[in-house]
Amino acid sequence: MKRAALGLLLLVPLSLVIGLLAGPVTLSPLDIWDGLVHPYSDSAAIVRDLRLPRILLAFLVGGSLSVVGASLQALLRNPLADPYLLGLSGGAGLGAVVAIAINPGWPWAVPAAAFAGAAGAIALVYRLSVVSGRRLDPRVLLLAGVVVGSFAGAIMTTVASLTEAAELKRAFLWLLGGFGAASWSALVVFAAYAALPLLVLLLSGRALDLLALGEESAKHLGADVERSKRMVYIATSLLTAASVAVCGMVGFVGLVVPHAVRRIWTPMHRELLPIVFFLGGAFLVLADGLARTIVRPLELPVGAVTAIVGVPLFAILLRRNYT
Amino acid sequence: MILAARDLSVRYPGVPRRVLDGVSLRVEPGRLVAVTGPNGSGKTTLVNALLGLVALDGGSAVLDGKPVGGWRRGSLAKVVGVVAQREEVVFPITVWQTVMLGRYAHLGPLAPIGFHDREATLRALRRCDIEPLAERRVDTLSGGEWQRVRLARALAQQPRILVLDEPTASLDVRHEMELFELIRALVADGLAGLVVTHELNLAARFADRIVLLNEGKVVVDGAPAEVLRREILTEVFGWPVAVTAWLDGSPQVVPLRPGEVARAADSSLARGPQPA
Repeated sequence: MKRAALGLLLLVPLSLVIGLLAGPVTLSPLDIWDGLVHPYSDSAAIVRDLRLPRILLAFLVGGSLSVVGASLQALLRNPLADPYLLGLSGGAGLGAVVAIAINPGWPWAVPAAAFAGAAGAIALVYRLSVVSGRRLDPRVLLLAGVVVGSFAGAIMTTVASLTEAAELKRAFLWLLGGFGAASWSALVVFAAYAALPLLVLLLSGRALDLLALGEESAKHLGADVERSKRMVYIATSLLTAASVAVCGMVGFVGLVVPHAVRRIWTPMHRELLPIVFFLGGAFLVLADGLARTIVRPLELPVGAVTAIVGVPLFAILLRRNYT
Repeated sequence: MILAARDLSVRYPGVPRRVLDGVSLRVEPGRLVAVTGPNGSGKTTLVNALLGLVALDGGSAVLDGKPVGGWRRGSLAKVVGVVAQREEVVFPITVWQTVMLGRYAHLGPLAPIGFHDREATLRALRRCDIEPLAERRVDTLSGGEWQRVRLARALAQQPRILVLDEPTASLDVRHEMELFELIRALVADGLAGLVVTHELNLAARFADRIVLLNEGKVVVDGAPAEVLRREILTEVFGWPVAVTAWLDGSPQVVPLRPGEVARAADSSLARGPQPA
């Protein structure tokens, strides 16, 4: 555990420095430093207004998605669970595509519509999953998530097929995720909003250990199962919806970072969740840095980079642990 | 501390007959009660009703003078340790970590693991003879070891009452004997014990009382010799049996093959255990 903490202590600042260095305009470490400390230096605009909010937002989103993934895997007792499993992606995508198709000309229209779509999907999935009394059944939750997701996806396809090609590409790229639209205001809104659900999840570590055993055992060991399930579901949904709103769908982080931490460090959620947060944050900052540099001056969707980089890493990890 | 049920009735939605119908039962310190009966007779439902996990249609379950439904789950977990029938491992953790989860009710969501928690965990591991397994991952354990780990986790709760639902299902002879010996020793130390089991012969030798359930009702409740009788068992299980006596005088049940029924009726076996 001490080594994990030390490693993260180094990795997190390192990833942020690399994140600041990465971008279409080449800046030396000295330029970055100048930009950070002198508000009127040449590089200040790029460093302060573009890169800094961007890497901080990527860090927060990466950390949040990873915590969400780890929590959902425990809640659903399913190692394949990721933040977008429960129909959120469909709802958010539908909202975004509708906003892009209508094009109301308001800068926050797409994120707001994506958030509204995700919230709608959450409400629908939750309503479908609450059976007999106020019990939330994780198996029904999974099914409801998939069904609502497919339904929203179908409507999205319908809307998209009636939309202009140029706008379609915009919607598609938006869905693939990216931090191109990052700004201080987006960062502040996301941070203020994410604080509470993140805190709820970080405090649910022990309850998640018990939920991962199965509901019956969790009850016998003293967990308030219904309350924990509801809290975890609502917190994870709200966090995912917010992250979709600020950067589209960034896959893979929420699935793989929790698995890596489980294998390398600890499967116990009270320690796992904080580690996952920092590691997921650093991973997404690095992935975003890569997305901005490998084809510059163009930019790849960060969701593609997380998978391209993450899959081989994960494959190595799997092999090392099984042989 | 005493766990008592009076006239418990439970009805599941959409099922016409009651799953439990007027069941009374008492679990007290230093005594081991075995609940047995055919599949579907309501044994597991009885356990769940006693633990406040299903809505009652009638009657009451009372723990330490207070209805079980009025207990917070956390407080209940500090006095009742349960080894449920099934538990499937999805995310493998170590034996030590598993047994430490028994401390949840004492720790709450935030408190750091302290000296008492480590102490209780270690004592539970030793009591169940699994200290050498502490660092093993639970998905590498045999069935017998896994049951011991789950029992140790229940003991780490430092309960006053132990409830086990078919703890020896699918264990071999040695492991089921070891487990029952351990349960008996724990009860001798002052725990109150309730075990649901299909092992009539083990129940006869280890339990102080046997409660025989059928179709949600108590058929007989009493000492093993009063409950394990040929006529009763043959009727309840719908299969002919003979009852004989073991060295310690406990009744032992032998299910009969079709050709054996007449012969067993003639022999002394059919008369059941004779007074020593």
